[in-house]
Parts: sequence; structure tokens; C-alpha cells
Amino acid sequence: MRKRPGLASMLAVYRRELLSYLTTPTAYVFVAVFLFAIGLFTFNIGGFFEARRADLTAFFAFHPWIFMVFLPAIAMRLWAEESRSGALELLLTLPAPTWALVAGKYLAAWTIAAAALALTAPLWITVNILGSPDNAAIFTAYLASLLMAGAYIAIGSAMSALTQAQIVAFVLAVLISFLLTALGLPLVLDFFSGAIGGGAAETIARFSLLHHFDAAQRGVVEFRSVFYFVSLIALCLGFTVLAVDARRGG
Amino acid sequence: MLLQVEGLRKTFGRRVAVDGIGFSLDVGEIVGFLGPNGAGKTTTMRMIAGYLEPDEGAAKIFNINVTQDRRRAQERLGYLPEGAPLYGEMTPWSFLRFIAEARGMSREAARHAVRRAAQDARLGDSITRPIDTLSKGYRRRVGFAAALLHDPMLLILDEPTDGLDPNQRQAVRDLIRKLGEERGLLISTHMLEEVEAVCTRAIVIDRGRIVADRTPQALIEEHGTLERAFAALTRGEERV
Repeated sequence: MRKRPGLASMLAVYRRELLSYLTTPTAYVFVAVFLFAIGLFTFNIGGFFEARRADLTAFFAFHPWIFMVFLPAIAMRLWAEESRSGALELLLTLPAPTWALVAGKYLAAWTIAAAALALTAPLWITVNILGSPDNAAIFTAYLASLLMAGAYIAIGSAMSALTQAQIVAFVLAVLISFLLTALGLPLVLDFFSGAIGGGAAETIARFSLLHHFDAAQRGVVEFRSVFYFVSLIALCLGFTVLAVDARRGG
Repeated sequence: MLLQVEGLRKTFGRRVAVDGIGFSLDVGEIVGFLGPNGAGKTTTMRMIAGYLEPDEGAAKIFNINVTQDRRRAQERLGYLPEGAPLYGEMTPWSFLRFIAEARGMSREAARHAVRRAAQDARLGDSITRPIDTLSKGYRRRVGFAAALLHDPMLLILDEPTDGLDPNQRQAVRDLIRKLGEERGLLISTHMLEEVEAVCTRAIVIDRGRIVADRTPQALIEEHGTLERAFAALTRGEERV
């Protein structure tokens, strides 16, 4: 009866979720705030013009910090809203595997993040008008940023599956995202190397999103960073599946 | 046998919601599921629909165990959850398309299924207006259509007429009677006259247990009216 069990359900859930983002105003508001914030940080704090370099270092450097707040806001509704409205019962009584529901919703939120990122393209065009940047490096940094966005959304998805209240999901996701990001700050690492030694501090840094985004934003792709982001996404989505399935237990 | 329920039990914390419920249901039967609020009707239906997992016992749809082979069982069941939750920002048309495609139908099959289910549930011409702007009765019919999309032999409807006006209730009853001719239906309700009007059998439950399972006529002969039967058989939360 079903040719591709799961896949068809995933695509249907993806389409519905994306449509829901596009027909409600919140996603537009969040994307607008994101674009405003990224502009503010790049030009005012990052000193884009003052640096007098045709690159996007000032732009990418702030991605982890803005994503940390923006993406949990996009992801917070994914599961919390379903259980609040009762529509979770509709989804869980469909003959679909839970992973398909989780993946469909996750990919829809990621698509919104990708669209927001794509809307920053004028900046890329601008540096090309102002000078001759290393476009391959910028492209790589964009890909890394997209992958990192996927990790933040996966964290948001997992937190959303834990609660009926979007705001709780948001706060939890920002908190975890902040911890995972800030672990890579020199300030934090200095503290750890003082307390437990440099080797241990380096190990801790390997768990930081910031650490893995650092090399990538300069245009260098490291396998272990890709591996880190992909495993973090898989881990969070696996957790989401478990949390959603746990609802069946009552 | 369309549906076999054996020794279902479910507890939430220390509260026993369903305490060993068992019955079966066959084609041509419209079974009314009666009981006071909190008696365990919704919990039982949710376990049959695969939304909740039982602590003990099993529900089998076409002899497929819902807990062990959930998706295959769910493919054969049409389910209208309590309150008929829907996605308010969607239109009935796009909502039903979503459910059909999420059930694994191809786009073409989904289009056909939606057209047929919309006709069966008498959705009429409001099918392209946002669900949030539609009346309660209409929204309930959208939930009905969603349960009918894949043309299941077994339908489980949790309070299908709750909150509807008398005309809407009558329309839903007509629909249930028509569906019951060649399918099996399990309907929970508070409307005793509804049981008399459409059900071929009534299962009365109280505090998680079945206290009566016979035809509405037998209950009436025994107690005079269904109201009296209901009052005599159940104690409900009021008197606990």
C-alpha cells in the first residue's frame, strides 16, 4: 500500500510545516529581526568598513551569537505548539514512523534558516563591488554557517519536544546553545586551563560550536568540524524522537 | 473481527484510568461507548488508535496488535480525536491533502481521496476557507473527512457530536448510520438519545471497567430508560 514508508510522510510534514511558517507572521518577524541584528553587528560592532578589507570576517564572526537566539525562536514552536493545540494526537495516530515527523518538521525550520541566510547575499555582492574577495572562502563559510544553523535548530527541536510552552522551549534552547557556544570563548578556556589544565581545556573546546565554526569562517573545511555538527544534529534529533515517542507512554 | 480489545489497562501515576477493558467489534456494528467523564473512554480510544501505549493488554485491528505493529494497524483505522484538533491556519482542502499525503498516498491518489471524503462528510463549498473561520460543526466534519480519507473499515470517533447544535448533530448521526452499514464504528458520547438512535450496541464503562455490554433495547427493557440504566450502572466522579 505504501511504496516508501516514512519518506512520503516526511515530505508531507515538511510541506505543511513550511507552509505554516509562511502563512503566519512570526517567522517573517524573526527573519526581519535577524537581518537587522546581523547588519547592526557587522557594520557597527564588527567594523565592516573600518577594516577596509574585502571579506566577510566581520559578518560571519557574529553568526553563532545571533543564531543562538534567533534559531531557538524559529524552532520553539515545532513540537510545543502541537502538544498545546492537541494536533500532536493527529500526527501520532498517522501510520508514520516518528523519525519522519521529526525530520519533516526539522527540515522545514532549517529551510527558514537557509532562507534567512540567503537574504544576506547583498552583503556578499557588496564586498565583490568594493574589492575582490576570496569567493570560494566566503561560499565555504556560508555552508559552515548553514550547517551550524542546523545544529542550533536541532537543539531547539529537542527542547520543543519536552514542553507544551513555546517560551520554555525557547529559554531552554538558548541556554543550551549558549553553553555549547561559550565553551569555545578564550575567557572560558582560560578559566578551564587554570582550573584543570590546558589539555583538558582543549578537550572541552572541542565540544564548542564556536571552536568548530572558527576555522570554517576563514574558509577552511575540517572533516572533524563537519563530523561534529552532523553528530550534534543527529544526537538532538534522536533525542527529539525519543521525547516525542515518550508521549505515547502517557 | 475488525477490532479486538483484550484486558487493556492504563495508569497515570497512581490513578488507574483504564482497568482491564475487553470487547470486540465486527462489521455492521455501531458501538456506543458510554460512561461519565473520567471513566476512561478517551484513554481507551487513544490506546486503540496507537496514541497511548497500554500498560497491559492489547488492542488488535484486523488481528494486528497496535502496540507491536503500530503503523500497520493505524493504516486500517480511521480516528477522530476528542475535540477534533486541526491546523487552523490551513484550509480544509490543504489540511486533508496533508493528512492523505502523510498517510503515504501519491498526489493523485490523495486528490481523489480528498474529493471523496469531502463529499462523504458533506464539506460543501467552504473547503477553501481557513479552518479557523469555520463553524464548530463544520470543523468537526473536517475531522470526520480526515478519518475517512483512506476508506478504513474501522472508525473510532471520540465524541463526534459534542458541542454541535441539533441540526448538526442530526447530520452527523445520519452520516454515522450510513457509514455503519458496511463498516464497524466505535463512538463515545454523552448523548443517550444518540445511542438509542444510531447504536446497535452499548458498552457502558465506569471507573475504567466495563459495567454493561448489550443492545440499547436490552438496557431499556432492564431499567426502563437509558438514563436510568446509566445512573444505575455508573457512579461517576460526582458520587465517588
